[in-house]
Amino acid sequence: MNDYRYDNQTVKGFIVSSIFWGVVGILVGLWISVQMWMPSWNIPPYFTFGRLRVVHTNGLAFGLGIGAIFGISYYIIMRLTKRPLLFPKLARFHLWFFNVAILLAALSLLAGMNQSNEYAELEWPLDIAVVILWVIFAVNVFGTIIKRKEEQMYISLWYILATTVAVAILYIVNNLSIPAGWNKSYHLFAGVNSANVEWWYGHNIVGFIFTTPILAMFYYFLPKSTGLPIYSHRLSIVAFWSLVFAYLWTGAHHLVYTPLPDWIQTLGIAFTIFLIAPSWGSVVNGYYTVGNDWSKMQTNYLTKFFILGITFYGLQTVQGPTQGLRVVSQLIHFTDWVPGHVHMGTMGWVTMTAAASIYYIIPKIYNTEIYSEKIANIHFWLVLIGQLIFSITMWITGIMQGALWKATNPDGSLKYTFIEVVAKNYPFWKMRTLGGVIFTVGMLFFIYNIYMTMRKGKLALAEAKA
Amino acid sequence: MASNLYNKPILFAIVAAVVILIGTAVTMFIPMLTPEMHPKLANLKPYTALQLAGKDIYQREGCNNCHTQTVRPLKTEVMRYGEYSKAGEFAYDRPFLWGSKRTGPDLARIGGKYPDQWHEIHFDNPQAMYAESNMPAYGWIKQNKLDPTDIEAHMKANDFPYTREDLAQLKDKTELDALIAYIQVIGTAVTGAK
Repeated sequence: MNDYRYDNQTVKGFIVSSIFWGVVGILVGLWISVQMWMPSWNIPPYFTFGRLRVVHTNGLAFGLGIGAIFGISYYIIMRLTKRPLLFPKLARFHLWFFNVAILLAALSLLAGMNQSNEYAELEWPLDIAVVILWVIFAVNVFGTIIKRKEEQMYISLWYILATTVAVAILYIVNNLSIPAGWNKSYHLFAGVNSANVEWWYGHNIVGFIFTTPILAMFYYFLPKSTGLPIYSHRLSIVAFWSLVFAYLWTGAHHLVYTPLPDWIQTLGIAFTIFLIAPSWGSVVNGYYTVGNDWSKMQTNYLTKFFILGITFYGLQTVQGPTQGLRVVSQLIHFTDWVPGHVHMGTMGWVTMTAAASIYYIIPKIYNTEIYSEKIANIHFWLVLIGQLIFSITMWITGIMQGALWKATNPDGSLKYTFIEVVAKNYPFWKMRTLGGVIFTVGMLFFIYNIYMTMRKGKLALAEAKA
Repeated sequence: MASNLYNKPILFAIVAAVVILIGTAVTMFIPMLTPEMHPKLANLKPYTALQLAGKDIYQREGCNNCHTQTVRPLKTEVMRYGEYSKAGEFAYDRPFLWGSKRTGPDLARIGGKYPDQWHEIHFDNPQAMYAESNMPAYGWIKQNKLDPTDIEAHMKANDFPYTREDLAQLKDKTELDALIAYIQVIGTAVTGAK
């Protein structure tokens, strides 16, 4: 066990860092949700909606998301290869470099350094830092897996390997740009072509950050925490390959009815519909795994996190393809439906699954039990309710916006001006903030529980030594 | 074969990369090599130094988080905003700024729709014009002067033509002047407004 102690500290470092950036990102999210209905909360130049929104998305995708992915992937890899990381010092350097990069990323976005590609806003010097971070990660992932002490690679390792390869390709290609000074650049691609490259990236970075590494966690920690083996190995093979194949065709569903050539849009929509199958392959696999003993939902507190998480994944992967259809897209695209969709995935699926994985890992690292299952249950219900209020409110307001934008008088003229539709959104935007507050309180219970578990573990260790 | 694949991480990663690159090639890389993805309207002009400076500010302030720049070919949308967007309008946009959310209205046909003074008043205090607007005020950018050296570097990176006089004129301009100059040119290759 001594071999793992150093690496476990690195894992813990990533988990604590990701929680820290998560808090920052969530608080900024609350702030911008208030700005939606109270413009006086904009404080120029650094804290206007236009700058803070990218701090929110980047802070959570890169700070919370990738931080958790780095740490939890290292943990999973060590267990599944039955050995410590091949380069422990490099992993520790990775941790420090990660935090410096995220800090600089947040500051540069506040300063308005923005490439204006969604989820690829960071300017070119930070893009280089992100690539270095990813290469460091890849070196340890591949190195440790190649030198593994367990012959077979389990499903989670497939997802981690695919993530490592795909994110590298996506990130490098879409961030190719022409520098014009150290803090400004122009996309290498222009116009329609730029749009096509960006949404090839934008959709798939969601796929390979918010889906595949989270599935790696799901496939590892669900059986671990319930003691139930994955229902079907064959289904997981089919689901894996069809998922990684189909994902990359679908970016154009973000560009429905834009000047992008129709055939690319149609192909994107068709593959988006197909994507339901592999997504639900994992959903069904999860349900049938716990289906062997549904009493685990009551007796094991982590089971419901994983089952609700995969349920929201399942709902997301039906909702997404639905809104890709032209007939649905024309109504809800550009409305608040879209953030509603995104947040069911991030607050429902990603955060729930990652939090449950952390609940499993931290007591293992400290060789103790979770501080309080009761607090974990409160956390569960608060984030569930907060997220549902958020998503459902946004669906309703999105459909309303779309319908009002289209509404016409009997003489064929438009019934509402734009500002009249904005005015009708305010109650929903306030409701969304309420959902966000409930979710945030839930996350604070989670953080308290993790903090107390670590403290308990440290005290036990100190006692054992004394 | 199958058992080999799941025992060989390098081979596994290569196969995964190939699988990932198929969709990438068909939908992204191959189209890029065709003229279909590089259209340009005959009367589309590169941005002037002042307009590019304005576009840089538009990007810096993240205007594209709330405003789209693409009119879809749908009846009520064309009625609301104007002529639907054409592929050849965006050849000088690196990156495209179509956006994905309309918290505010689409801006693809904003150029020439209102006089400059309208924009000055609106940027200064959007709520004075529309009580129920949630747009942040941007009057503060009036205080900032443009930096011709920076803008020259940006023009070069884009390979846009400019003269010494163009740059010399920038010295007396504010960021607000630049932003309005950019807004007034958006979409005008189609509407001909100016």
